[in-house]
Amino acid sequence: MSGMPSARHIALAVAFAALVTLPFWMPGIYYINVSSQVLFYAIFALGLNILVGYGGLVSLGHAGLFGITAYATAYLLSMGLGHTAAILGALIISLGCTAIFAALALRATGIGFIMITLALGQIIWGLAYRWISLTGGDNGINVKTRPAPFGVDLGDPSGFYYTSLVIFLIAVVVVTIFVRSPFGAALKGTRDQPRRMNALGYHVWAIRFWACVLSGLLTAVAGILFVYYTQFISPQTTSLTASAEVLLMVIAGGPATLLGPIVGAALVVVVKNVVSGYIERWNFLLGAIFVAIVILMPEGLVPGTARLWRQGWRAFRSRRSVVLAGSAEPKP
Amino acid sequence: MSALTVSKLCKAFGGLRVTTDVNLNVEPGERRLIIGPNGAGKTTLFNLITGELTPDSGSVHLLDRDITGVPSRRRAHLGMARTYQIITLFARDTIVRNVTLALLGLSNERWNPLTVIDRNTDLIDRAHEALQRVGLRHIADRPLSQTSYGERRRVEIAMALAQNPKVLLLDEPFAGLSIDERRDVQETLRAIPRDVTIVMIEHNMDVALDFAERITLLHFGKVIVEGTRAEVVADPHTREVYLGH
Repeated sequence: MSGMPSARHIALAVAFAALVTLPFWMPGIYYINVSSQVLFYAIFALGLNILVGYGGLVSLGHAGLFGITAYATAYLLSMGLGHTAAILGALIISLGCTAIFAALALRATGIGFIMITLALGQIIWGLAYRWISLTGGDNGINVKTRPAPFGVDLGDPSGFYYTSLVIFLIAVVVVTIFVRSPFGAALKGTRDQPRRMNALGYHVWAIRFWACVLSGLLTAVAGILFVYYTQFISPQTTSLTASAEVLLMVIAGGPATLLGPIVGAALVVVVKNVVSGYIERWNFLLGAIFVAIVILMPEGLVPGTARLWRQGWRAFRSRRSVVLAGSAEPKP
Repeated sequence: MSALTVSKLCKAFGGLRVTTDVNLNVEPGERRLIIGPNGAGKTTLFNLITGELTPDSGSVHLLDRDITGVPSRRRAHLGMARTYQIITLFARDTIVRNVTLALLGLSNERWNPLTVIDRNTDLIDRAHEALQRVGLRHIADRPLSQTSYGERRRVEIAMALAQNPKVLLLDEPFAGLSIDERRDVQETLRAIPRDVTIVMIEHNMDVALDFAERITLLHFGKVIVEGTRAEVVADPHTREVYLGH
């Protein structure tokens, strides 16, 4: 690699600076809150991408895990536990559930895995609706206060935003390290050639299981941020639509890329919250955007844009070199 | 001691008996060739030996240790490596990453989620050495998608060799190769030291006969003839079922 900062590095530095200064240039509290949503949905999508992108395992039950964490946090808080205890308790509960989900779903791969995760997600959704003594049914559970870690008031939009940003950046670093690690390479290997991986001495099932657990951990972290953000949890959060939405974030942005799920999360959250203020049929618009992505860049927004950029750059350079070569020709 | 012993191995897919009472005894350092017409059960026998299929009855011993119930992935750790008849490589990765994955499979490092695999110079150096053995070191960083069929065959062999196996199972390593490529692979195989026992399935009789010391002829899942090169070629059964006259 050269010492010169590449376009990629500059873009990342600009994005980082924009994120850090965001509350100062965003036109209002509402938009700061939308940005917080983008951040925790991005963590959620990063978590799902571990399975979908790097593991080749498509889950349609992740909203169930997300919901379990949110419900667990809200329930433990309503029992009178402190924020720290509730958060730790919710993490333990959701990791336990993730392990059970993984053990059940990993009996299959491909379509079978999708169907089992779909069924498990629907079970959670059904329980959220019907197990009224625990979940409050349709009424859901309210969360009365937000915590104030290290003196940062999470009741304040900027405070919540910066806390989300710190956790988001940690998640990005964790995923970056993971995908470049030997374990990450092994996970990608089980995606591409499970049979060969087994013959090479890898425990394919165990690799997939631990990938599920890491995915579940990121999902749980996002779920905790979500429930503190909305201060309310209802069965809607665990629905199939919610699972599909986060899957679309990953697929639209670009599975098996680091930036893809983040861009996908930003796209969905912005259309859902901001554009819906101007266009009544925002669902239609979101659908149209997805159709456009699938047709124009089926590999996802991030890899697709990179490809178009490279093609454009190459076309520009070849034209320029033709012009230069033409001018250098000796006159007859 | 023998390197690989197969006793009374049986396997049926429904009513189709693909392996019937197969016995095989391969000495350490031996070069064994398994021949037989299409559908004779050669690859099935390999899958039974490597544990990718579970036998209905019978046993498999590796270096006098009973491995019949040992999962396939453990057998790699015990010194068994194989190549596939249908190329089974990581198409999105570079050649050297393919071999690195083979090395990583036997290392405890494979569970490590915190280091950068591209900075594991020990692993990558060893991958380059394995590629040197098959003559591909100069294109180690090329993506697999930009390699020729013959080069991929050699990557298959490099991955198996990288694992430093005691018993190496080669499933048609010459399949689909041009004459030049065949010669390259032949040289690669000839250079493998004698502490590696090799069992090879091959259709191409010229190269195979040249390589093997002992030959086992399979037909309809049964061992029909077994013996030295001369014995098997001279046997009337061989002419009948294999050479076709």
